[in-house]
Amino acid sequence: MRQTSRWRRGFAWGVGLVVALFLAGVVSFYASSSPDGLEWVAGQTGFEEAAGEHAALGYSPLADYQFAGLEDARLSGGLAGVIGTLLVLAIGMGLMWVLARRTSKQV
Amino acid sequence: MHVPDGFLNLPTSAATAVVAAVGVGLAVRGARRELNERTAPLAGLVAAFIFATQMLNFPVAAGTSGHLLGGALAAILVGPWTATLCLTVVLIVQGFLFADGGITALGTNITLMALVGVWVGWGAFRLATKVLPKRLASIPVAGAIGGLLSVPTAALTFAALFAIGGTVPVPAETVAIAMGSVHLVIGIGEALITAAAISAVLAVRPDLVYGARGLTVTKPLQIKEGVLA
Repeated sequence: MRQTSRWRRGFAWGVGLVVALFLAGVVSFYASSSPDGLEWVAGQTGFEEAAGEHAALGYSPLADYQFAGLEDARLSGGLAGVIGTLLVLAIGMGLMWVLARRTSKQV
Repeated sequence: MHVPDGFLNLPTSAATAVVAAVGVGLAVRGARRELNERTAPLAGLVAAFIFATQMLNFPVAAGTSGHLLGGALAAILVGPWTATLCLTVVLIVQGFLFADGGITALGTNITLMALVGVWVGWGAFRLATKVLPKRLASIPVAGAIGGLLSVPTAALTFAALFAIGGTVPVPAETVAIAMGSVHLVIGIGEALITAAAISAVLAVRPDLVYGARGLTVTKPLQIKEGVLA
């Protein structure tokens, strides 16, 4: 019973991860490139120009959700999305696991 | 809604950084109570899922787009304190590596999306579950209400911050009306995605939905009592 439940939980988790990677790696190419709500408002009401150049554009190979050096937009954006998703997963899992473990020890 | 560097002056950015630091500090304490070894992997996955969905801008009227903020969704799936941390991790990675949301604006973005977005979404969800019938089918509906309200509230919070410390003199009500109305439309998208995602998880693993605990936990307990008797 415990085993089955653990197995099913792992399976559902795996499906969730595959869906997330598919969204970030493939579907993201078809996302709207129109300005988002805040950018649009900034343009309409006249404070768009105040936005500074982002520092990460100078150092990050993933800036603007494109993998630097890859020409193909579909590949470049997809790879950046997959890397970002896995990175957030790793940091998130690590953080949550540490917090959960400490809780279990205290109890 | 990711705020870039330069929209808000430094004192306002610093003030929101303090708010964000206090909020995240409280969330670390609170998340310890919500998390256990069963739910920790789910919480990590929720953060990754929100990062992925935030890449998916959907078109809204007049050449504008919006994407899921995910505060209400995360809070309902893993609890509001843990959700605050999920959104914070997403915003830090986006800000430092993806040039999405400014570095000096990180505190502002955490305040808007990880604090206001999550807690308004969660609060509205909790209120809605008190009014709606006590059934599993009510959970996605309440989630939609949480999602719908969380986005314009976060947008209006930005408008308020811009009125206090905006770097360009634009009338406060102009920004507030524009931000509120666009993000009310984006909120409809947020409501639909939140409801769909919660329905999907409820269909597969209803026991993993934090916001539905009162409705699902009793069942296995009753079975155990029956076995013992």
